[in-house]
Amino acid sequence: MPSDFFFPDPTGQVPSAEGYFGAFGGKFIPEALVAAVDEVAVEYDKAKSDPEFARELDDLLVNYTGRPSALTEVPRFAEHAGGARVFLKREDLNHTGSHKINNVLGQALLTKRMGKTRVIAETGAGQHGVATATACALFGLECTIYMGEIDTQRQALNVARMRMLGAEVVAVKSGSRTLKDAINEAFRDWVANVDRTHYLFGTVAGPHPFPAMVRDFHRVIGVEARRQILERAGRLPDAAVACVGGGSNAIGLFHAFIPDTGVRLIGCEPAGHGVETGEHAATLTAGEPGILHGSRSYVLQDDEGQITEPYSISAGLDYPGIGPEHSYLKDSGRAEYRAVTDDAAMQALRLLSRTEGVIPAIESAHALAGALEVGRELGPDGLIVINLSGRGDKDMDTAARYFGLYDTDAEVAADAADIAEIEGDAK
Amino acid sequence: MSGTASTGGNGRLLSDTLAAAKAEGRSALIAYLPAGFPTVDGGIEAIKAAFDGGADVVEVGLPHSDPVLDGPVIQTADDIALRGGVRIADVMRTVREAHEATGKPVLVMTYWNPIDRYGVERFTAELAEAGGAGAILPDLPVQESALWREHAAKHDLATVFVVAPSSKDERLAQITAVGSGFVYAASLMGVTGTRASVGAQAEDLVRRTRATGTGLPVCVGLGVSNAEQAAEVAGFADGVIVGSAFVKRMLDAPDEAAGIEAVRALAGDLAKGVRRQV
Repeated sequence: MPSDFFFPDPTGQVPSAEGYFGAFGGKFIPEALVAAVDEVAVEYDKAKSDPEFARELDDLLVNYTGRPSALTEVPRFAEHAGGARVFLKREDLNHTGSHKINNVLGQALLTKRMGKTRVIAETGAGQHGVATATACALFGLECTIYMGEIDTQRQALNVARMRMLGAEVVAVKSGSRTLKDAINEAFRDWVANVDRTHYLFGTVAGPHPFPAMVRDFHRVIGVEARRQILERAGRLPDAAVACVGGGSNAIGLFHAFIPDTGVRLIGCEPAGHGVETGEHAATLTAGEPGILHGSRSYVLQDDEGQITEPYSISAGLDYPGIGPEHSYLKDSGRAEYRAVTDDAAMQALRLLSRTEGVIPAIESAHALAGALEVGRELGPDGLIVINLSGRGDKDMDTAARYFGLYDTDAEVAADAADIAEIEGDAK
Repeated sequence: MSGTASTGGNGRLLSDTLAAAKAEGRSALIAYLPAGFPTVDGGIEAIKAAFDGGADVVEVGLPHSDPVLDGPVIQTADDIALRGGVRIADVMRTVREAHEATGKPVLVMTYWNPIDRYGVERFTAELAEAGGAGAILPDLPVQESALWREHAAKHDLATVFVVAPSSKDERLAQITAVGSGFVYAASLMGVTGTRASVGAQAEDLVRRTRATGTGLPVCVGLGVSNAEQAAEVAGFADGVIVGSAFVKRMLDAPDEAAGIEAVRALAGDLAKGVRRQV
């Protein structure tokens, strides 16, 4: 019986056997990891065609994660998007609160099949770390999560969640002390402990087969959304919009729509304080091709190949690289990428909260802000699907400080004025 | 002394140097120090001191922002060098001055992205012109290395590949078939750094690497920090590679001059080790 939720890429055209999406991808890894990475590729190939693997994964995705996730129309929000119809793919409603669990459960099953007893992972916002710690609790695996020290501070709630689930959380103090450095430290751990450890990579970057495998585990997002929008709106959307850090939720939404050439695929990168300020993490907008974390893709770097420190208010998007398939989609013209500032994302976060009663993650708020622009460009006949990749509970401290929501903040008094300002902005 | 070709690199000098050590019935001593650490000029003096103390070959690190295969000691040194503003031109000057002052082979060790970004053709031409002997690129696996090898060979630059205890025999055969200069055998599974002991894995890896039938010298690195360990490794390998222990001497020294003297002293100890005089 074919799976209802696991859809390995049926085209089979990319990546190549060497892991290349056009000029991007590959396997730039130390010799010590070659055997382990090859093992992942072999085991994943076996699992892909094993009905028992699909059955186990389906069971988890339905009865543990809660798939399929809802597609919610948001008409009050859409009034601010030029009157276009807007639907949210509700990955925030998955168990653990984001899309990350789709990939984690797939790789956790693979870990068991490989006979490994320990899992390591990197995390930025903590969503991948929480999902990984969750799966490790479920499967009885030892779990260590690497997280940049800055991120452990701005996402303290998720640190506590991971520890509650029994994971060890290591605060990484090297480099920019964010996601990039967490990945560096996870690779160092993997080289030393590869015998019994699987590196449960959290995005569609890294060496082959991770970009293709992680994509496959997230393809369900777009497959469901495509079916749901056809049922609900009677046609395909004009645009599918998602935020991109490493790019996993975006590729998950985009992939099923790639053959539908009338559907624009729009990725929203973090512009931080503005691309022109240099304080951003807009890799596809401002980067150049290079090698980071095991594959060739666009990278934020200087003229001598040193990786530059990224910045975003969103810990989950604060990354100077991008999955190689996004670089391929950009250069081929199939997908387009635009940069969204911290401020635009935060305004969109508040707007969705107040118009629809849904508090999004700051990551996902970048997609919302991008979709507001896209909607205004499309006009009232437009139809947009946005991937709401995660919920915003973890971001309440950042949001409270940004908007002055704590009782001690004087700005609370200006609350009513804020609402008027939002409504006024859009009209 | 400095190689045979006037415009080419010194890959041949590297091979000759390792062969000469073997002819003396000993292992070669290969030291690693990053360029620009603690300063560009200080780094050059430290390398000269390593040669003066008894190193046969030096690997000059080209610092990278994301040294995923390095432990805390070399991460710290790279960070100091990068914050000091070290550029590839400074690395080339380091290679040139270290080689010209000593006539000894000097390699570059770095990650792939700086070279990819700089341009393979430009990098190999400049490294050869500076008198470099080759490069070690631990995150450039053999199957991605064709372009590098083509340009390196054109300039008589050695391409030293790393092998690991996890490398399967068919991989060892693939790697030794296209590598040059020597084979860098990682003594253990892990990143750079000093270790209390160098595992039995190293000896097994050297044996398996030689069993491919390669004529390349097999040198062992990762974890070696003192003369006793060097002597142990010299019992089965053609060369002993020491990095973090040198960098740590520099980091722990009260000032640059003391650090350079500590490097010279450590090289002297290790030189006895590779001659098994400890």
